[in-house]
Amino acid sequence: MTFNRRNFLGVAIAGTAALSAPRVLGQAKPHVVIVGGGAGGATAARYIAKDSDGAIDVTLIEPTRKYYTCFFSNLYIGGFRDFASIGHTYGGLASDYGVNVVHDWVIGVDRDAMTVTTAAGHSFGYDRLIVAPGIDFVEGSVPGWSTAAQNKMPHSWKAGSQTQLLKAQIEAMPEGGTYCMVAPPNPFRCPPGPYERVSMVAHVLKASNPTAKILIVDPKEKFSKQALFEEGWNKHYAGMIERVGPDFGGANVSVNPDAMEVDIDGTVEKVDVCNVIPAQKAGHIAHAMGLTNDSGFCPIDPATMQSQVDENIHVLGDATIAGDMPKSGFSANSQAKVAAMAVRGALTDSRVFPAKYSNTCWSLIDTEDGIKVGASYQATDEKIAKVDGFISQTGEDAALRKATFEESLGWYAGITADMFG
Amino acid sequence: MRERVFFALALALGGAGEGAADGHAEAIGDAERGAEIWVYCSGCHQIGPDAEIGIGPPLTGIFGRRAASVEGFPYSKSMSRMGSDGLTWTLTTLDAYIENPLVLVSGTRMSFEGLEDPTERADLLAFLREYSDKPSNIPEAAPTARPDYPKLSEETLALVGDEAYGEYLSSECTTCHQRDGSDQGIPSITLWPEKDFVVAMHAYKQKLRPHPVMQMMASRLSDEEIAALAAYFGSLSN
Ligand SMILES: Cc1cc2nc3c(=O)[nH]c(=O)nc-3n(C[C@H](O)[C@H](O)[C@H](O)COP(=O)(O)OP(=O)(O)OC[C@H]3O[C@@H](n4cnc5c(N)ncnc54)[C@H](O)[C@@H]3O)c2cc1C
Ligand code: HEC
Ligand code: HEC
Repeated sequence: MTFNRRNFLGVAIAGTAALSAPRVLGQAKPHVVIVGGGAGGATAARYIAKDSDGAIDVTLIEPTRKYYTCFFSNLYIGGFRDFASIGHTYGGLASDYGVNVVHDWVIGVDRDAMTVTTAAGHSFGYDRLIVAPGIDFVEGSVPGWSTAAQNKMPHSWKAGSQTQLLKAQIEAMPEGGTYCMVAPPNPFRCPPGPYERVSMVAHVLKASNPTAKILIVDPKEKFSKQALFEEGWNKHYAGMIERVGPDFGGANVSVNPDAMEVDIDGTVEKVDVCNVIPAQKAGHIAHAMGLTNDSGFCPIDPATMQSQVDENIHVLGDATIAGDMPKSGFSANSQAKVAAMAVRGALTDSRVFPAKYSNTCWSLIDTEDGIKVGASYQATDEKIAKVDGFISQTGEDAALRKATFEESLGWYAGITADMFG
Repeated sequence: MRERVFFALALALGGAGEGAADGHAEAIGDAERGAEIWVYCSGCHQIGPDAEIGIGPPLTGIFGRRAASVEGFPYSKSMSRMGSDGLTWTLTTLDAYIENPLVLVSGTRMSFEGLEDPTERADLLAFLREYSDKPSNIPEAAPTARPDYPKLSEETLALVGDEAYGEYLSSECTTCHQRDGSDQGIPSITLWPEKDFVVAMHAYKQKLRPHPVMQMMASRLSDEEIAALAAYFGSLSN
């Protein structure tokens, strides 16, 4: 096959029949508004601004001034990273790429007028809107828990003060006390995340409080990288971790934050720290914009990440139904680049190539004992479909696990540079 | 064992499977002629029961040995990484490394430009094999048609990469590889000679290099896409 541009355009157009005509060509500079400056939104902002060389105005609306990555927040809990090292600001996006960064909440959209409004009362018109608000919790999914109780029973599933709080609570546990995690049902942000967290909590307790116990209450039969985690837990933390799966009532759990009690299928346990990770849905604003379906997440066009509800809107990251792709920072970053290319193609005459997606999730079990799972994906008519994948093996030697851990450090440096410049 | 080895070789050959078909093939090469070719190596490597560390590590027992496993030898970062990844010296990997060291180990410290002649390599491999412990575990023979590793046609190597396309494709790489060339656990891939980049990517694509992430990334790239990436990353300036 010879390489030629027509081929690629042909492929891309076939896959994206919904792509609207470039309505703003030749008029005023097109304007892209991005809601949410996380793994998806920040990457999209940087790529559109960088690759359009000033031909597109980019506004990024994000309430927080410092974004703490959920990725590596477990390593902070485990004492492998300091808190400052997982915080990132938006200064580089503004100064080096000319992104207009607005610290505010988006509260609504007028899809006909193509404007969004913010909590501070501003309004922004857009030619394309990118929505990447991450997740929110399904209220009532763990009876007895609500966001109002998050200081007693932290979720720490959005990074920042919640992560610091959980770490402080673990460090203050009484000798021989119990850390309990109420794990979420599928689908949720970062499938191996809860189990990496358990590993990191065990790492801390093993050193500071070796008679402490870890109890996982889990509604799922199986979980990500299970064999690898279980092998690691037996090796490093034998006798410390107990997991109650659905067979033993793990799906029938309620909590009492005031009494610090967990009720597992009728048996009440008193615990010292309770890390409740509730069921999840797309960030509230995606619901308010009408972009979600019954699943609580946003259906998208696999080739462009355009919302199936509105072709002028692209949705990225955890808020989407991304077919075979897991909800991860890596996935959100990967999706953002496909969307950035599609948006530039629609608003300027830049070339459009076929979508390629990939993901790798590293997890740390103990010092220098890293594992990974990953896959590549492509857009088909129905969904983002897995092409190929790999996973670490049980029984790998220490040198390979160390190399895997070191890779994860390289990846963290890489992805944060890719998001924030 | 023998069958397994042949099977692996057949894969590296792109499934052609000569040699495996009838279960036996010619000997690897002529060990006596190999002893003469050893002069290319002997300035840096020792071999035999008393071999010691020289400029390069001793090559006694090299067949079946994990790369970078001689205690006390200061291997390059690149070679050590390959060893951790699980690169093991076999007929196939040795042949590839001796033909062009950069195919398997981009940052190798071994300053040897490679032995192009397949017969010379075959003879040398037959010689090296005599110094490995359990020749019964090592294939005596290789397929008659010896491939170049990784198998690349002149056309593939001559492809002129489309830099703009390479720039888009590169966005998939920069989640891990930093554009400014810094190396913090994942190697730098900027400013390489295009040819070195191309052979490295094909070595992953053909699974000569063991790393599963990179095998996956490379396996879905066409020859044109690899050329485009080589052109783009080769042109980056800080
Ligand atoms: C403990 C843990 C460990 C993890 N580890 C990994 C890992 O190792 N690797 C990996 O790839 N992923 C990991 N993840 C997953 C990863 O963090 C998420 O998948 C990723 O952050 C999703 O990106 P996003 O852009 O969809 O959402 P986010 O990164 O959450 O960004 C959403 C942003 O939108 C903003 N926002 C929300 N609502 C509004 C609004 N109305 N107006 C304006 N802005 C708004 C928020 O403030 C936020 O900054 C982990 C997650 C957790 C919890
Ligand atoms: C100029 C010196 C030099 C020459 C000539 C040389 N080598 Fe090497 N060789 C090295 C060095 C140095 C290393 C270690 C490379 C590294 O760490 O990247 C090495 C590594 C190797 C290894 C990997 C060993 C291990 O322990 O993993 C093999 C195999 C090898 N050489 C084979 C050969 C053969 C066969 C020849 C002759 C065709 C040869 N070398 C010629 C210096 C040399
Ligand atoms: C998920 C992270 C990740 C992604 C994405 C990734 N790489 Fe890699 N890459 C690695 C790691 C880890 C290594 C080291 C592999 C090894 O030990 O063989 C590597 C090695 C390489 C090497 C060899 C470097 C050397 O010094 O030997 C090249 C070339 C390369 N990658 C190119 C690419 C290209 C091109 C892409 C995009 C198409 C890409 N990589 C995407 C992680 C990644």
